Amino acid sequence: MSRTETGARKGASPRPKNKLARANDRVLILMALPAVLIYAFFYLYPTINNLRYSLTNWDGFKEAEFIGISNFERMNNDGVFTKTLGNNIEFTLLVVIFQTALSLLFAIFLLKNSRTTTFLRTLYFFPTIISSVSVAMVWQFLYEPNLGPLNVFLNSIGLDFLALNWLGSETVTLRAIAFTQVWFHTGQMMVVYIAGLQQIPAELYEAAEVDGASRWQQFKSVTWPMALPTTAVVMAYTTIQSFRAFDLVFAMTGGGPNNSSSILVTMIYLTAFNEFRFGYAAAQSIFLIIFILALTALQRRILRTKY
Amino acid sequence: MFYKISRIFALSTFAVLIIIPTLVVVLGSFKGDLELMTKPLALPESWSLDNYRELFNNGEIGRNFRNSSIVTLFSVLITLFISSLASFGIARMINVTGKVLFILFSLGLAIPAATSIIGIYELFVRFSLTNTLYGLVVINVASTLPISIFILTAFFRQIPHELFESASMDGARPFRLYRSIALPLSRPSMAAVAIFLFVITWNDLLYPLLLITQADLKTLPLALLDYRGEYAINFSMIFTAVMVASLPMVVMYLSMQKTFVSGLTAGAVKG
Repeated sequence: MSRTETGARKGASPRPKNKLARANDRVLILMALPAVLIYAFFYLYPTINNLRYSLTNWDGFKEAEFIGISNFERMNNDGVFTKTLGNNIEFTLLVVIFQTALSLLFAIFLLKNSRTTTFLRTLYFFPTIISSVSVAMVWQFLYEPNLGPLNVFLNSIGLDFLALNWLGSETVTLRAIAFTQVWFHTGQMMVVYIAGLQQIPAELYEAAEVDGASRWQQFKSVTWPMALPTTAVVMAYTTIQSFRAFDLVFAMTGGGPNNSSSILVTMIYLTAFNEFRFGYAAAQSIFLIIFILALTALQRRILRTKY
Repeated sequence: MFYKISRIFALSTFAVLIIIPTLVVVLGSFKGDLELMTKPLALPESWSLDNYRELFNNGEIGRNFRNSSIVTLFSVLITLFISSLASFGIARMINVTGKVLFILFSLGLAIPAATSIIGIYELFVRFSLTNTLYGLVVINVASTLPISIFILTAFFRQIPHELFESASMDGARPFRLYRSIALPLSRPSMAAVAIFLFVITWNDLLYPLLLITQADLKTLPLALLDYRGEYAINFSMIFTAVMVASLPMVVMYLSMQKTFVSGLTAGAVKG
């Protein structure tokens, strides 16, 4: 194995032990084989199968019939589908904006090491390790309209008009779940930000201070531009995370009331396993995959041109 | 001044938002439901273990706990073993195969797991893998391979080549290099990946929901949904179940904080 990474990349002309290298590569492929087989058969293959199901009216039991692209045509006129798509976009926007802003804010506040900041970092990160189902149950209690602590508190300080039916009203439920999602994962993203902010050279702040820059100016001209790569990571991850919030939404409301908190992943599950429209759910899955890949590509392009 | 006050205000607000729900759950698990509803934050009038007794005696929670433990343990160990082998192979391969495989696994990262449930369900029914714990292990392994391989390949690529070269001069072949150089060096990364896998597998709802209907095979998150139905709005019982389901993760988090934090953020930074 007399090769180097650069040599291999250039196509390395002098390779005396070429035979051995090739033999080694064969062993390396063998080492990767179990993972490739399991992943391909149990994950990739079922995902690709969506293409096949999506062209049928399969209901999970009976023999499926080929129906062409009518599952895809149906999406246009399906009120639940368009509502869910709108919900998902609103949910993602809310979560990405608030989670990014809050995690950056807390990272700046807790950047320096002290006993208090270490404790708060530990505390803020804590929800990350709890299951979505547990979090859902806790917040169902907190949001309980009549006896729940949140409304009891709001009533006691005279803000009765704010004491809403948090998980039972078509107008606020999606936002209430978005709030829980932000509460759930802000600590995790804060840690990512802290790691990013620690990379910023202290001299930059010292120079800014010498110039008499205020805190806000320091943030604007040092922290924010220097942290942009981290912001890109946080926003990309938070976006994907918000599309994956199946467990939380399913356990909190199951998409209700009247689909007002339904997001794409819960809709796919319910279309298949409650309505037994597997073919249509497969078409929805394909839509979601394309949507997310396009979104990720777009996000990457925007954030790349920024720095 | 303004900065200081707003800092203290923001930090304590979020701290309270986490401490209060935690206290409500912990204290609530020792209270009756009426007491929980009327005085959620007060200390229990008497620290009663009745909820726990009821849950373990009349409920199936002991069995749920066992199922979750078995599934999590096997899923994590198998994923770690298979993915570290594959990552080493992918990181060390010189022909295009390595790159192709890496892209193939990366595909599984961005796409939400819920988009493959229909195919998985059909496949698992066809092979009679539904309502089995090993079926759950299989799908956990298959679905967590991408993220593990992503993190571990990145790590193996960072190991200086010289380390491998001197060993291969002495005639060591790939598997030896993996076992005696790559693995020992990757211990911190492996620990981080292991924690990450532990948390997501232990907490997962989607796959048990999809594949398990038999009561005695249910894992904790799935069973929690049942308890909610069974105890209707009896939140003190639900909180007791939440306590049982969360305790292992909390104990691990408090005793291995650094590994937890690095493990659960590695997925974000490198993904």
